[in-house]
Amino acid sequence: MNKLREKSMGCVFLITALASIFAVIVICLFLFANGFPTIFEIGPLDFLLGTNWRPTQDIYGIFPMILGSIYVTAGSLILGIPIGLLCAVYLARFCPPKIYKYLKPAVDLLAGIPSIVYGFFGLVVIVPMMRDLFGGNGKSVLTASILLGIMILPTLISVGESSIRAVPESYYEGALALGATPEEAMFKVMLPAAKSGVTAGIILAIDRSIGEAMAVSMVAGNQPVIPESLLSGVRTLTSNIVLEMGYATDMHRAALLATGVVLFVFILLINLTFSLLRKKEDK
Amino acid sequence: MKQYFATYKRHPKSIFLRAVVTFAAALTIFILFSLVAYIIVKGIPNLKPSLFEWEYTSENASMMPALINTVAMVLLTLLLAVPFGIGSAIYLTEYAKRDNKVVPVIRMTTETLSGIPSIVYGLFGYMAFVRAMEWGYSLLAGVITLAIMILPLIMRTTEEALLAVPDSYREGSYGLGAGRLRTIFRVVLPSAMPGILSGVILGIGRIVGETAALIYTAGTVTGVPDSVLSSGRTLAVHMYALLSEGLYTDEAYATAVVLLVLVLIINRLSALVASKLQSR
Repeated sequence: MNKLREKSMGCVFLITALASIFAVIVICLFLFANGFPTIFEIGPLDFLLGTNWRPTQDIYGIFPMILGSIYVTAGSLILGIPIGLLCAVYLARFCPPKIYKYLKPAVDLLAGIPSIVYGFFGLVVIVPMMRDLFGGNGKSVLTASILLGIMILPTLISVGESSIRAVPESYYEGALALGATPEEAMFKVMLPAAKSGVTAGIILAIDRSIGEAMAVSMVAGNQPVIPESLLSGVRTLTSNIVLEMGYATDMHRAALLATGVVLFVFILLINLTFSLLRKKEDK
Repeated sequence: MKQYFATYKRHPKSIFLRAVVTFAAALTIFILFSLVAYIIVKGIPNLKPSLFEWEYTSENASMMPALINTVAMVLLTLLLAVPFGIGSAIYLTEYAKRDNKVVPVIRMTTETLSGIPSIVYGLFGYMAFVRAMEWGYSLLAGVITLAIMILPLIMRTTEEALLAVPDSYREGSYGLGAGRLRTIFRVVLPSAMPGILSGVILGIGRIVGETAALIYTAGTVTGVPDSVLSSGRTLAVHMYALLSEGLYTDEAYATAVVLLVLVLIINRLSALVASKLQSR
């Protein structure tokens, strides 16, 4: 009797563990089964490389949005990575315990703020600020990059800090003993040694940046054209979906679902490349 | 100390690096502080009693129904995600053997799940539950979508908590004649409780703050739904709707404060529970 119960509960736990596999399969099935027929109906090249998005005329080219996502993500990384990693170095080594006690929870709080609140903050603070500084309506590649740069900070900081802390203390002491200053020891020894953890943090940041929808759609301007400069409006893959899904029908809706599939494939490719890189490094 | 400064004099680059590092930390704090302060200062004057009336009308733009929906959404999602999350963490830590073939697959899929953007979850929920299952915009569609979304988070935190339980606890329990199940439920789970709880609270924070995955699954109806198959907006979706309608900026400020304070409390709570685990 007892044995039976032990066995059956073991099965129950196994089943719950299989749920995540099942979920991924179902998600892939639904996305690909709905997305690929649409992409082939429009024509893969017309869809992926077409520069016009005119749903009213049945023209669906998402190239401006793909570029938009890449621009905005790159911009957020350029702004976010230096600040995030420097802050991680500060937290891991130079922060006095008294300040650390407040700084660490503050960074965690930054991670917990909902993206809609970030978007609102961007809309009422950053957009007017950019308008005053550069003219125009203030919604641009640059504005979106700044907001996303802020949003990825907590990921970069906490992953960066924990991977620096995971480097053996003896590395640091060794560097000091060889005459390095604490700063040199951190930047020339500890940070390179924490490279794989830091890369993991950057990948997470890319995922968050490229997948962010609500905040970006509020500050990016959303024109479906290839942006000409840092100050022109831009539409990303995610905001394309958020903006138009509400009223789209038929082919238009199918094209939006296909946009989601492209985004999904992007994320899968990024994560796959990264895990392959990591495997290579482990060897 | 004097010697310390003397070394620095010879290394201007180090002084510069130190300054840059400190500046980055100060900038981060400044951004966080200005964000929270701005929302609170602008939002609190806009908190009016009419915002908490039971019924939503286009005049009062009450957030009360949205608050109730948020609570319902949190409870239902946890009901689904927590058993699966804890169950699979138990399987991974307590049952799976080292050469188990399924474990790497589970790890890969949970990593995939946690990388999927919330808007893609929203699209999936829309296709699978709203359309294919023909539930329409409904709480249930939102609940299942969010449950899949927070599953990796609950799994990971539970697994970490279970791994932190010393093996001697398990051995002691086996030594006293308890079986595997009894050991798990009476010894391992109770001592891992704070860690599990802190993960669950983090999950609550994500549900409360989620917008993109809910707009096209649970929908944006303003009232409190009478069944799980009706649509209802949570607080975050409510805020998005207020902003996109463009007429309710004051109300949006007020909603932002409530949302922000809720999420900050939830996250603090999670950190407190987790630190209880460490202090033991």
